[in-house]
Amino acid sequence: MKPFDYHRLASEEALGKMEAGRYLAGGTNLIDLMKHQIETPDALVDVTRAGMDTITETDGGLMVGSQVTNTDLASHPAVRRDYPVLSSALLSGATQQLRNKATTGGNFLQRTRCQYFYDTTRACNKRAPGSGCDALEGLNRYHAILGASEHCIAVHPSDMAVAMAALDAVVHTRKRDGETRAIPATELHRLPGDRPDIDHVLEDGELITSVELPVRPPRLQAYRKVRDRASYAFAVVSAAVALDVDDGRMRNVRIALGGVAHKPWRASRAEEMLEGQQPSAELFDRAMDAEMAEAKGQGHNDFKIRLAPRTVVAVLRDLTEVTENDE
Amino acid sequence: MNRPSSSIVGTPMDRVDGLAKVTGQACYAADYRGDRGAAEGYIVEAPAAPGRIVRLDVEAAEQAEGVIAVITHRNAPRQRPHGMPEDAGRFTQSHALLERDRVRYFGEPIALVVAETLEQARHAAKLVEVEIDCGEGTFNPFENAASAVKPDSLDGADQVDTDKGDFDTEYAGSDHRVDADYHTSAQHAAAMEPHTTVAEWDGDDLTVHMAIQIVSSAVEAFSNTLGIDKERIRIVSPFTGGGFGSKLGIHNEAVLAALAAKAVDRPVRVVQTRRNLFSNAPHRSRHRQKLQLGADKKGRLKAIRHASLAAMARDYPFAEAPASPTRASYAVPALRTTHRVVKADIPKVDSMRAPGEAIGTLTFETAIDELAEACGIDPVEFRLRNEPDADPQTGKPFADRRLAECLRQGAADFGWQGRQAPGSRRQGRKLLGCGMATAIRPNQLNPAEAEAHLTPDGRLRVRLDMTDIGTGSYTILTQIAADALSIAPDRVTVELGDSEFPETAGSGGSFGAASSGSAVYEACREMVEQLLSRLNEQGHTVNSVSIDGDRVMTGEASVPLATLIDAGGLTVTGEIDPDNYDSGEKNYSYGAQFAEVEVDADTGEIRLRRLLGVFDAGRILNQKTARSQLMGGMIFGIGGALLEQSLMDDRYGSFMNRDFAEYHIAVNRDVPDLQVRMLAGYSEKSNPLGSKGLGELGICGAGPAIANAVYEATGIRVRKFPIHMEDLLPSLPRS
Repeated sequence: MKPFDYHRLASEEALGKMEAGRYLAGGTNLIDLMKHQIETPDALVDVTRAGMDTITETDGGLMVGSQVTNTDLASHPAVRRDYPVLSSALLSGATQQLRNKATTGGNFLQRTRCQYFYDTTRACNKRAPGSGCDALEGLNRYHAILGASEHCIAVHPSDMAVAMAALDAVVHTRKRDGETRAIPATELHRLPGDRPDIDHVLEDGELITSVELPVRPPRLQAYRKVRDRASYAFAVVSAAVALDVDDGRMRNVRIALGGVAHKPWRASRAEEMLEGQQPSAELFDRAMDAEMAEAKGQGHNDFKIRLAPRTVVAVLRDLTEVTENDE
Repeated sequence: MNRPSSSIVGTPMDRVDGLAKVTGQACYAADYRGDRGAAEGYIVEAPAAPGRIVRLDVEAAEQAEGVIAVITHRNAPRQRPHGMPEDAGRFTQSHALLERDRVRYFGEPIALVVAETLEQARHAAKLVEVEIDCGEGTFNPFENAASAVKPDSLDGADQVDTDKGDFDTEYAGSDHRVDADYHTSAQHAAAMEPHTTVAEWDGDDLTVHMAIQIVSSAVEAFSNTLGIDKERIRIVSPFTGGGFGSKLGIHNEAVLAALAAKAVDRPVRVVQTRRNLFSNAPHRSRHRQKLQLGADKKGRLKAIRHASLAAMARDYPFAEAPASPTRASYAVPALRTTHRVVKADIPKVDSMRAPGEAIGTLTFETAIDELAEACGIDPVEFRLRNEPDADPQTGKPFADRRLAECLRQGAADFGWQGRQAPGSRRQGRKLLGCGMATAIRPNQLNPAEAEAHLTPDGRLRVRLDMTDIGTGSYTILTQIAADALSIAPDRVTVELGDSEFPETAGSGGSFGAASSGSAVYEACREMVEQLLSRLNEQGHTVNSVSIDGDRVMTGEASVPLATLIDAGGLTVTGEIDPDNYDSGEKNYSYGAQFAEVEVDADTGEIRLRRLLGVFDAGRILNQKTARSQLMGGMIFGIGGALLEQSLMDDRYGSFMNRDFAEYHIAVNRDVPDLQVRMLAGYSEKSNPLGSKGLGELGICGAGPAIANAVYEATGIRVRKFPIHMEDLLPSLPRS
């Protein structure tokens, strides 16, 4: 770990007067990365004691402070009642100990688990721009099948962010000059392109202050995480699904996938095909086949092209109580 | 032989060290704080291999704050060459590091940074710059099968190859055959406590506080590495936080700590990081096992061929024996087994819990399941039908064998229904299946000595260099001593893990409890003899004694101990000589394991629903710790079948999943209803205690029972381990 300065932010408003530095929240990912010197900030700005740690019910929605822990968010009565996909996604992540430390803002900004990103002896454009990507021809079972580039095939590891994307949550930020903005959760992260070192659209010094959950979310919600062991494993593939069924037709269909891309992947093509239609297993299959049209495997992760749509279809089937059309 | 009376042995006595452990009082190696504060060492790993160091710049590291020294091949204290003397075993040979400018494997230490604090050492380690001129490396044994050689010896087996009967003829004449290759993955022991050493020199005398399984061979290893007399070396290891074979020998941090402590003239602590362990502690090689089995129409085995291929780390002679269980499990007229290795430029390959059997039963018992299926015979019945009268390989009698009893009781307790049509049982979106397999593991007895010391106030202290690696050694030895001397357990103190104590074979190979326990038993028997003889000298006619407080009770009289032994106490020793128990018969522990799994019909995710094992390990020394050992083994088996896999990037020879987020061991949620049954018994021919080894038995058969259950659930036979969802996914029905 490289020696660093430590500052503590007293309040959101004090941001402009602070020394510049990397923001430290729960530290469940950043501290590890600093130990390995994958991240080597000169200074940390601890934002855990600057307020931003309450959940406020607004007009039908919820305003979640960025320092609310994953445990507190998952167990909040309003979250469990109105946004069960979020509660479920949070609880499927990490372990109780980690969830007690990890925060809402920090969870969005955790970095990839790509093993080549973690191994500083290997080529990784995300860690060391221009060094290449050893995952392309290497061990890539966990890697992206959608939206990847020749420079990076890493995936975003968050469960929470996938649910947030499906819920159309809005991320509120504050810059050092005091300017605030609202970023749709679906647009917070970016695809790797030729700059995989940049995970998200936040500017230097821009801090996530809160996350807004929308009013009247779809009533039917579920999060399904597919993983190798029953707990404490990153998703091989995950799916957050939310929709309503009115008069036998699907409305407000939102589908987001985790473990398949550099960002939570909104399956908008599938959503469009399902919107306003009567649920049926055959339609689910067709919609997800369309969504996967451009999916590309890297070798070890080829199976995800089959796994991802099956996972979504299974969730859709459960939510809409469609009988399977088996064999 | 007289069976020892047992009012205490066998009971589920709580761990005598339990309170110390849960209150943080048990002193593990890293906890040791000497009089002189230890400096902290941090390993700098080679970023590429094999090759030659062409540039090594340590100046920036040396200048960094808090750094005391950077030890490299240029300034390391003198050592004897790695691997010397050649005729010493792998645990006792020189483990020299930083010898010269050669790098043998990825992650090998090229320097140790010594600083005042761990953080300073860790940071300075990143400032070391190295350039390595890499040669062509051999990493993948299967891609290099053409260069495979027969190893000089195998771990835990007498012969590298065996050939009984006429395999080719019997196989050709079989009515049903299985012929398939099975792959198992590299694995790391992944003990909770990382490999840790604090080394301290006093002049030419070296004291090493370390996490180790066998104390005596560690003394020899330091002696051979550093070129100093064994008498000048003391190993202290009262508690070790899990070993699973990876702490049998001394490993890289231990050598580095000793070198650095010498160089900086101060105690040095080196705690391997979790990432370090994947290169600087040993691993189990990946294996390819070819199995050819043949049976007649009635499901009687006619021919077995088991050919194993693995990697051997260059310059470290260890080869695992996956065909070991194959040689002992079933009656068969023709039995051919071979083991080959490819010498590779990889970190040390060495024993990992149940070497041979863990991956041997995983593959062989899967193949047996396939053959039973081909014969159309229930897998339990198939195994019973092939139960041998004598050791299939040598024809020697078995010392005792209760495998059939394990199979029958297991089937009854589990509610075994016989093999169901694969893929036929369903519950919602879950495909259900059951499977079973045989567990077998050689039972051994090794030489051991112990010292017993009785004070006039009636306190017994027992000393030996045995280790407790979490297994419960302290507790069972307390029980054995208490029974042998008829003394209350709370009057007994057991002291372990110090090279100044009498020598044992330590913890390993499931022989620890029997070997050290027998020595303690013999020492306490000697103590009884001494007391009897002194009582008789005083005119008491007695032939048995017990200790009650500070008095000896003889049945007719109560004699103060102080009248029999002087103030300094009475010290006696005892030893166990395995030759006295070598009946020439084959001695194994046995079991039968039954599993039920569910497979998600959409995703192929596999989850274990229940696992039941019935075991014959002779006399159980402590119901609680034995159950824990067996249970831990069964959980290891879950890992072998479904989870554990060290992934090497074969372009670089580097393990890539070097942390607990990516190297998957079973977590609580992966361990469902788990039943451990132990047959009541007493193994006459094993040792004076009547016990047999069980530290590794629980692994054996657990993995294949699960794999065979996956087959019944899905109809898909996977011949690579661990089994993952993608192995099933292509064959699962479209939603």
